[in-house]
Amino acid sequence: MTRPESPVPPHGASYLEAGYSLRSWLLTHDHKRIAILYTLSITFFFALGGIAAMLIRLELVTPNGTLMSAETYNKAFTFHGIVMVWFFLIPSIPATLGNFLLPLMIGARDVAFPRLNLFSWYLYMVGGLFTIAMLLLGGVDTGWTFYTPFSTMFSNTHVILAAVGVFVVGFSSIFTGINFIVTVHSMRAPGMTWYRLPLFVWSMYAVALVMVLATPVLAMTLSLIALERLFGVGIFNPALGGDPVLFEHFFWFYSHPAVYIMVLPAMGVVSELITAGVHRRIFGYKFMTWSMLAIAVIGFMVWGHHMFVSGMSTYAGVVFSVLSFIVAVPSAIKVFNWTASLYKGDIEFSAPMLYALGFIGLFLLGGLTGLFLAATALDVSLTQTYFVVAHFHYIMVGGSVMAYLGGIHFWWPKITGRLYHAGIARFAAILMFVGFNVTFFPQYILGYEGMPRRYHDYLPQYQMWNVISSAGAVVLAVSYLLPLAYLLWSLRYGPRAGDNPWQAKGLEWETPSPPPPHNFESVPLVTDGPYAYEE
Amino acid sequence: MSAILPMPAAPPAEEQFDDAAQQREAATFGMWAFLATEVLFFGVLFAGYTVCRVTYPAAFAAASRSTDMLLGTIETAVLLTSSCAVALALRDLQLGGRRVAFWLLLLTAALGVSFLVLHGFEYYAEYQEGLVPSIRYTVVGPRAQHMELFYCLYYFITGFHSLHVTIGVAVLITMAVRTRRGAFSAAYSTPVELTALYWHLVDIVWIFVFPLVYLVGRSG
Repeated sequence: MTRPESPVPPHGASYLEAGYSLRSWLLTHDHKRIAILYTLSITFFFALGGIAAMLIRLELVTPNGTLMSAETYNKAFTFHGIVMVWFFLIPSIPATLGNFLLPLMIGARDVAFPRLNLFSWYLYMVGGLFTIAMLLLGGVDTGWTFYTPFSTMFSNTHVILAAVGVFVVGFSSIFTGINFIVTVHSMRAPGMTWYRLPLFVWSMYAVALVMVLATPVLAMTLSLIALERLFGVGIFNPALGGDPVLFEHFFWFYSHPAVYIMVLPAMGVVSELITAGVHRRIFGYKFMTWSMLAIAVIGFMVWGHHMFVSGMSTYAGVVFSVLSFIVAVPSAIKVFNWTASLYKGDIEFSAPMLYALGFIGLFLLGGLTGLFLAATALDVSLTQTYFVVAHFHYIMVGGSVMAYLGGIHFWWPKITGRLYHAGIARFAAILMFVGFNVTFFPQYILGYEGMPRRYHDYLPQYQMWNVISSAGAVVLAVSYLLPLAYLLWSLRYGPRAGDNPWQAKGLEWETPSPPPPHNFESVPLVTDGPYAYEE
Repeated sequence: MSAILPMPAAPPAEEQFDDAAQQREAATFGMWAFLATEVLFFGVLFAGYTVCRVTYPAAFAAASRSTDMLLGTIETAVLLTSSCAVALALRDLQLGGRRVAFWLLLLTAALGVSFLVLHGFEYYAEYQEGLVPSIRYTVVGPRAQHMELFYCLYYFITGFHSLHVTIGVAVLITMAVRTRRGAFSAAYSTPVELTALYWHLVDIVWIFVFPLVYLVGRSG
């Protein structure tokens, strides 16, 4: 086996000092450097998707289409959806924090397949290029869901480019998933048994299972869309007797589990932040691990709740409804266990803890409104309204993005070796919670009152709540820009963090900050479970 | 939580692994995970096939009767033989051989190529008969449209399968060249093992394709 020789860094140098050339970054096999590459790229796409979101909220300040035409509006929300789902949320925590932390937390030198890991990032970038090309050539107006027959027969926009972009980025997440599964199975340090794994590792394992088993379904389904557009015939084509609803089944067979790709890692992060913030063991560790696996498995059986009004039989509707209620049980177990871990604890209200608490509150609200939508009768009136928009933004933005930023704040000292200003970080966390609720809570009310989603204009009676929502979006945008500013500032001016600024448990805190290229000076021997805090 | 073990001196495998055994275990397990992905990838096509066939059983039977069963059967035999050859090649390597393994790997690749060529003849004949949807489709009659669905699925399924065969042939040739150069030994043949696993999957997919495409219409 031949591989390029990496220059031996001076003794004690961190992974950041292992090389300064562009080449040393773009050809790196170090999971920590690949995590940094991902962080930069997803931040870029988050900004792109965020700009699209701001345009949408600006348009919706007034009831009539003043800023853009209906066509442009359709393209804006489609671009927002595609970019935020596939280029930010899906890779967000797994590809950045997961890549950085998984080997550290299990006491390994790297992931099992470092070259494949780098290749995943390149796939992500190629998929991103297709998406940007799609944007520059005029965009797509199908919505991120690519529903047939509109996407195959009627839309005159760049559906194929968008589908190819998502196809490619899908393989990036499949390869990341394979890497994580194998790494957890075969790379654990001596003594690191399954029940000694931190919950973040369990969440990465559960999410990797979903990535590996769900994403290929999306890849093939989008291939079929592209082929059907190219040739004008295919199995979704009603003119041949094909079934457009079959597309919806395939699409949601991936895209509902994809919701768990977004939220399971967030649950893993929050479990770490909470235990470190109260310096206690997690309440009900085994329940936490198995509830994550249960979510991953049951999550594959609930896709039909996206299709209650698509002409599904009553019987199928009832089955999917019941299964959707069942998947709420393990989620609720997690919320109860986090709360129980905090109960009568000595809570340190640091920025990561504030993000974690914000996550619990917003995830709870998003989850409970999900139950409304899982009830078939109620769903008939709420589906296609802003209630659904509010519901999934509470899970994805309120849940996943809060947890992602909480995780970034928690492990920032480990990743960079620097401390940021704690006060301004706490302020940003609170501002984000406020801004988020001001943006999205009004959308519950709008949806309940019947405002449909995906239109660029609306009845004047909905204007007040829309203006409040748009104002909240501005606050939210500020709260996203703040961390960007003070975290970058800390890179140069922040004080040195030391190995373990939070006094937290976990193998990643036992190695220097930032860690050396091979993570540990010597192979750790694990003798105790995670969260071994003295109480 | 942790104590200190001495670092093992100069890891014999790639640097992230402790030893060659761990590396082999990881690589094989990774390949199985990838094969699971592939099963789901093709699963969409088979699910689509199932839905359409349950909806239009008569049209599917009629369309299936127009396929070339003789060529399909020969293709099946060719592919199964190639799977046997790659298994023997791996066995030869594990027993310390090299020459036989090299030729068997080349034979596998050659059989893969013959499969593609045979399939090419089949496609061409169907083109002449006007059975290719959107490009040259001349079937008329009350079931023509539903039969077109069958042909769409036929081309999608065999097309994606042939793509996999093509990739497999390229990998097999690479493995043959590496075998000849002495890259593998009785102690280390993991890449060939992974290639064989992949090739068997390509084979197994075809074992499902063959009855669904060629045999449905001929059962009664």
